[in-house]
Amino acid sequence: MEVGSNKEKKMGFEETELRLGLPGNIGGCEGEVARKRGFSQTQTQADTTTTHVDLKLNLSSKEPTAAGMNLNEKANTLQKEKNLLATDPAKPPAKAQVVGWPPVRSFRKNILAVQKGSSEESEKASGNAAFVKVSVDGAPYLRKVDLKMYQSYQKLSDAVGKMFSSFTIGNCGSQGMKDFMNESKLMDLLNSSDYVPTYEDKDGDWMLVGDVPWEMFVDSCKRVRIMKGTEAIGLAPRAMEKCKNRC
Amino acid sequence: MMMGSSFPEEVLEHVFSFIERDKDRNAISTVCQSWYEIERWSRRRVFVGNCYAVSPLILIKRFPDVRCLELKGKPHFADFNLVPEGWGAYVSPWIAAASTAYPWLEEIRLKRMVISDDSLELISKSFKNFKVLVLSSCEGFSTEGLAAIAANCRNLRELDLRESEVEDLNQSSGHWLSHFPDNYTSLVSLNIACLNSEVSFTALERLVGRCPNLRTLRLNRAVPLDRLAILLRRAPQLVELGTGEASDLRPDVFSNLSGAFSGCKELKSLSGFWDVAPGYLPVVYPICPRLTSLNLSYAATIQSSDLIKLVSQCHNLQKLWVLDYIEDLGLEALSASCKDLRELRVFPSEPFGVEPNVLLTEQGLVSVSEGCPKLHSVLYFCRQMSNDALRTIARNRPNMTRFRLCIIEPRTPDYLNHQSLDVGFGAIVEHCKDLRRLSLSGLLTDRVFEYIGTYGKKLEMLSVAFAGDSDLGLHHVLSGCENLRKLEIRDCPFGDKALLANAAKLETMRSLWMSSCSVSFGACKLLGQKMPRLNVEVIDERGPPGSRPESCPVEKLYIYRTISGQRFDMPGFVWTKDENSALGLS
Repeated sequence: MEVGSNKEKKMGFEETELRLGLPGNIGGCEGEVARKRGFSQTQTQADTTTTHVDLKLNLSSKEPTAAGMNLNEKANTLQKEKNLLATDPAKPPAKAQVVGWPPVRSFRKNILAVQKGSSEESEKASGNAAFVKVSVDGAPYLRKVDLKMYQSYQKLSDAVGKMFSSFTIGNCGSQGMKDFMNESKLMDLLNSSDYVPTYEDKDGDWMLVGDVPWEMFVDSCKRVRIMKGTEAIGLAPRAMEKCKNRC
Repeated sequence: MMMGSSFPEEVLEHVFSFIERDKDRNAISTVCQSWYEIERWSRRRVFVGNCYAVSPLILIKRFPDVRCLELKGKPHFADFNLVPEGWGAYVSPWIAAASTAYPWLEEIRLKRMVISDDSLELISKSFKNFKVLVLSSCEGFSTEGLAAIAANCRNLRELDLRESEVEDLNQSSGHWLSHFPDNYTSLVSLNIACLNSEVSFTALERLVGRCPNLRTLRLNRAVPLDRLAILLRRAPQLVELGTGEASDLRPDVFSNLSGAFSGCKELKSLSGFWDVAPGYLPVVYPICPRLTSLNLSYAATIQSSDLIKLVSQCHNLQKLWVLDYIEDLGLEALSASCKDLRELRVFPSEPFGVEPNVLLTEQGLVSVSEGCPKLHSVLYFCRQMSNDALRTIARNRPNMTRFRLCIIEPRTPDYLNHQSLDVGFGAIVEHCKDLRRLSLSGLLTDRVFEYIGTYGKKLEMLSVAFAGDSDLGLHHVLSGCENLRKLEIRDCPFGDKALLANAAKLETMRSLWMSSCSVSFGACKLLGQKMPRLNVEVIDERGPPGSRPESCPVEKLYIYRTISGQRFDMPGFVWTKDENSALGLS
């Protein structure tokens, strides 16, 4: 079940990409659509609009207040610079204009953001996101993917393929990955030097992607590794074994 | 004169044991030397409102046999990220000192302090009769520390991690629970709601099953509903429950949960409700008539109509925390159904949105103030307010003791006449003669502070943001509010004059916080020099204040009274009169 267009989801997904740049540049143009998204985007929207509102207040307030405001702005700019240089990636970037206002504690802000994001995705209120790391052997960095954004292996492989298409050699475009989802081609491909999608499940075992129903995969997948085919050969027998035990 | 010699110490001690309030015990200790001695040896409970106001050594010297210690660390505005990381409030010197001085320590309660795993381990090994650990908005520790507490505190009754930041190590966070030994059965209260990752469910189930006195269980988000049903069946005697997440609506889980809840005849308090599919709410309807406390402030998936259905059945509700999804209509229903309501907190669902996303206005608060005669504690986030509404609220509820209003956009005027909200808040302080705590917002001039100084005679804590015109405002408050203990100010045009003119007042208060105001470093230095019993700490991340003109305003200022002098754990961005001169930069 899908709420909203694919495009909307992809744009929302892009927000989680690792990117260098100032907070506030990202995605500020989506307007209303952006406002219904997660925390960072909500902030972005507020960033661009608060500047506007601030100007209004400047005009209507009395002079002494305006003088006070100049000092505040100075202090806030400095605070903003501080926040840009902040080394803790876990904390969301501070609002450009006013730190700590409105006085809502961080754990409240985060909870609401996650819940709002999820309820937008699906009518059945699917709950928390399922972010997992995706690595591809040979790529310079990993990506994080929210498995709950996709409803099938096909969609996931399309997305991951696009993400890593610039790095991979050979058949690991989305077409290549699609093939791996097809069991009959599996053994051929495992013997080649192409890439094989694998994942670590809840028990800590490395499994071949595609064996189990999609929902079960989302539930049990802890991380995804697209490994070189030659390395994956050892996996196949175990994966088959597990599948047999489950069926 | 005869008193001291006619009563043996034991008798006095016995009499004193009935006196519990700090104020009373402090009064007793001033009667005469022998009463001072008897009292200090028998003081069991100590509350230190600012961990830097007194040193562990001084505490131990005066009170040699303390069993319950409560400490508070960072200033309140730390909750909103205004206090930089590394500022202080480390509890380790206290734990180290207590570990040798107070072997019979039973309870430690900390708020806004930094506690390490080492300290937790030291606690677990030093105090044989340790019973209660409450860590409210604390940080600096991980599940490793919790494992030590679980493993070693044989007599633990209460473990409450209230809104603390806990580092989950090695994704084995759930396993710290399994460190409670199999023969450990004394748990009464467990609050792990703040933990982010999963806990070991089997360990949790076994723990809950073997602790017959368990009355409070606040689970974290990661405990799904089907597991909750199991826990409830194991602990039907629960009085306070915090649920985990509840997103997938499944009929089998629903009926199982219904059955489980129906067995809980003592349940009076509910919280949690993360991601709740509204279809699950009927499960708690049978509980509603008994509920006195309901915290729905994380329930972002429950909208107005479901909220109304829920609260309308809670006729005995005394405390409600809820998101603004309840809207004016819901608050009206609340005021009609919950006549015993004492505390209401309405949190914003979209604090950073500019346009209102819900139909919640001042009217909701007015309704509740009309319909709930016992309402005395309010925290309300909204986007519009009027002087009329504030006046009405004040007249309806002269019994108000805590009134915190946050109009989300700074300096918002009365939406009806576009004037300041001075007279509205003035009405609050004038009519509510027992008001102890007040938070202001909206467009406010110096006049509101005049009202506060005139009428706020019982006021103990005042929070101010984006308000006032000049030093006169600050002066009104400092000179008028006789019982003021904590004052926190941000983004107001208050400068040196009022501060220096009321220097003596500052010694009668616990603390003063000012950020983004107009206080110069020169004034801070002067204050620090003139008032030896105050610590004047300038928090400025721009480098040494001495490198800027002395008239340049400081970023942040925290002033507190102390009998321990300067603290030794100040980070690089905290400046005092001493440090600056030591660097030779003044």
